[in-house]
Amino acid sequence: MTPLLATITRREAGIAVIGAVMLAAAATLPLFDTGFYLSLALNIAMYVVLCTAWTLFSGPTHYISLASAAFFGIGTYSVALGIETLPFPLLVTIGFVASAVLAGLVGIATLRLSGVYFVIFTLGLAELVRQVVTWAQTNFTRGVGLYVFTDFTEAHIYWMLLGLAAVVYVTGWLVNRSRLGFALRIIGNDETVARHVGINTAMAKVALFMISGGFIGIVGAFLAPRFAYVEPPSAFNPMISFQVVIMALLGGTGRLWAPLLGVIPFTILFDQISANFPNHTSLVIGIAFMSVVYLLPRGVVGLIEDMRRMKRKFRIVWTDDAALGKDPAE
Amino acid sequence: MERRTLLRTIAAATLASAMMVGGAYAQETIKIGASGPKTGPLAGGGAVTYWPAIQLWVHDVNGRGGIDVGGKKMKVELIEYDDKTSNEEAIKNYQRLMTVDKVDFVIPPYGTGINLAVAPLIARNGYPHIAVTAVADGLEEFVKRWPNTFWTLGTSQGMANGIVDLLKKLKDDGTINGKLALVSVADAFGIEMSKTAKPAFEAAGFEIVYESSYPLTQQDFAPIISAAKNAGPDSFVAFSYPGDTFGLTQQATIADLPVKAYYTGVATAFPAFAGANGAAAEGVLGIGGVNADDPKIQDFIKRQKEVTGVEPDYWASPVQYASLEVLEQAITAAGSLDKGAVIKAIGEGSFDTIMGSWKFENNIITKFWTVGQWQGGHFKGVASTGLDGAVAPVLKKGWK
Repeated sequence: MTPLLATITRREAGIAVIGAVMLAAAATLPLFDTGFYLSLALNIAMYVVLCTAWTLFSGPTHYISLASAAFFGIGTYSVALGIETLPFPLLVTIGFVASAVLAGLVGIATLRLSGVYFVIFTLGLAELVRQVVTWAQTNFTRGVGLYVFTDFTEAHIYWMLLGLAAVVYVTGWLVNRSRLGFALRIIGNDETVARHVGINTAMAKVALFMISGGFIGIVGAFLAPRFAYVEPPSAFNPMISFQVVIMALLGGTGRLWAPLLGVIPFTILFDQISANFPNHTSLVIGIAFMSVVYLLPRGVVGLIEDMRRMKRKFRIVWTDDAALGKDPAE
Repeated sequence: MERRTLLRTIAAATLASAMMVGGAYAQETIKIGASGPKTGPLAGGGAVTYWPAIQLWVHDVNGRGGIDVGGKKMKVELIEYDDKTSNEEAIKNYQRLMTVDKVDFVIPPYGTGINLAVAPLIARNGYPHIAVTAVADGLEEFVKRWPNTFWTLGTSQGMANGIVDLLKKLKDDGTINGKLALVSVADAFGIEMSKTAKPAFEAAGFEIVYESSYPLTQQDFAPIISAAKNAGPDSFVAFSYPGDTFGLTQQATIADLPVKAYYTGVATAFPAFAGANGAAAEGVLGIGGVNADDPKIQDFIKRQKEVTGVEPDYWASPVQYASLEVLEQAITAAGSLDKGAVIKAIGEGSFDTIMGSWKFENNIITKFWTVGQWQGGHFKGVASTGLDGAVAPVLKKGWK
């Protein structure tokens, strides 16, 4: 442990403290409101974890995965199937392991594919798993819907998600500074080069895909008690896959915290749109989405970076001018 | 748009009356919130069954001058949200309705899964929950946990047994033989229905000469219909969803499927079914049904078309309207907007609705239509669990 702690820079420690303070502040929300704002915050927390877990893999490798709904649904079903007999933490663990195993199997089979083939395969995966679950339920259980009765309130689920967010961030940070993270960045830039310098590209990709999928499975497991009734269409809702990609891309995928900048403003924006234009939601969201993509092609992070660069440029010009003895206001 | 106009009207009315009575602060309107699908996979069903019935009811109530609350007439203000056919959106919408908009009552959403997903939330806030478009088994346990929930459309078990009993009767009369083709969609509805129906058909002495299940996304029904035709049954039963109901029936028309009883699932009761199939719809059996000869139902169908421009379906639309009549009468019976008192009034009272007289037994309506049939351009109830007004079923005579 000591060598790891010893390598933490002052800047990283500062970020960790700021992160912890923000998380603690977020955790106090249920003390003020347990109604609508908690629900909204819960949706935000859910998508923050989903998008960050997605970015863990898709950020460095540039592989667009549409399999989030499959992992999410497996987590949900792990809880729904066992809630009567097993303790909740064990079910969450099962959800994590089952999602990670599925990600591993899929990864071994498909991560040799690249580009659009991988996207299409992951899109089909959620539907495949949904059909398998439906088939299994038809043949081995009573009905298709499962009741999930627990004593969890929205506040409990919200706190669990915040805790999970912290774990995902720490994991992302650890991966990023490890050999695995370095290997993935090389793969993302040029896979052929990565292979030539001796990186086992398939292994690296599969390992990270499993971590990412496992976390998404946990989110599904946490959310099961919120739904009370679990059935394949809601657990394997393909909208989850698309929303995750859209929000992550809106924030930007270059950095681990970038999805946060996509999820928070856009969940609130989309929510305002659906509250004020109940009959034209899709239309207005479509227009909003297109203008965001047009105006912020590299996400919110891109905007921030551009602003920083401009500021720096301005400062350089200013100092140059000052050195020449000119009036900067000229 | 409508909401804003209504708001403005109500604001003006409130202002005017406030000036007249000299600034009394009493509540003038009853705020009622609804969240249902305006987009997403269920939007089509919501546009036929959910929204128009609600709009008609609000129109009717306000046309009467409002709901009688302890001797005072209060108009209804409707707040609508789109749940995008998503559980998370629905939960958020009801949270907003109950804790931000602070509505007096909510109208539960459209669809089984979403109804069950928002039930704990509605219960926690103490609102009555009169579910309509939710057909599931195991409701007794749900009611025990959330005694504020009320269920009106029936159970999948009851629906499945309805068609089994109907065909059994025809078989015992000797009008059809015991050969049956059984088809179902491999999704929640089809699975739950066939789970009950298959053993029941077998117990009733039917021989299942052809059985098939197809995925939700199936487009081509020619193989199913021709295989069923080759097996030579007298009865064809399909527990199908809207898209497949239309697909199967069109294919059966093309193949001239020679059966005496033809049954399809969801959407057989939609007016669009008769529109799409014309004369071929005559004699088709389907899930649902209404007492088509009842003047109240006829009036409802006519007026919904006039007021909203949308023709109701012959199954859940009138039940949706009736559920709102229950809410209205329970508010009047309670004499206040107190939610607990209204829940009590719903559970204990009996209600005069367009579906006839309703009384909840342990929060569930146990008398409901199970099978209907297209006869002379109308979809009429032919089997129910104890309702009046069923007409005799007719045999299917060709497809032209």
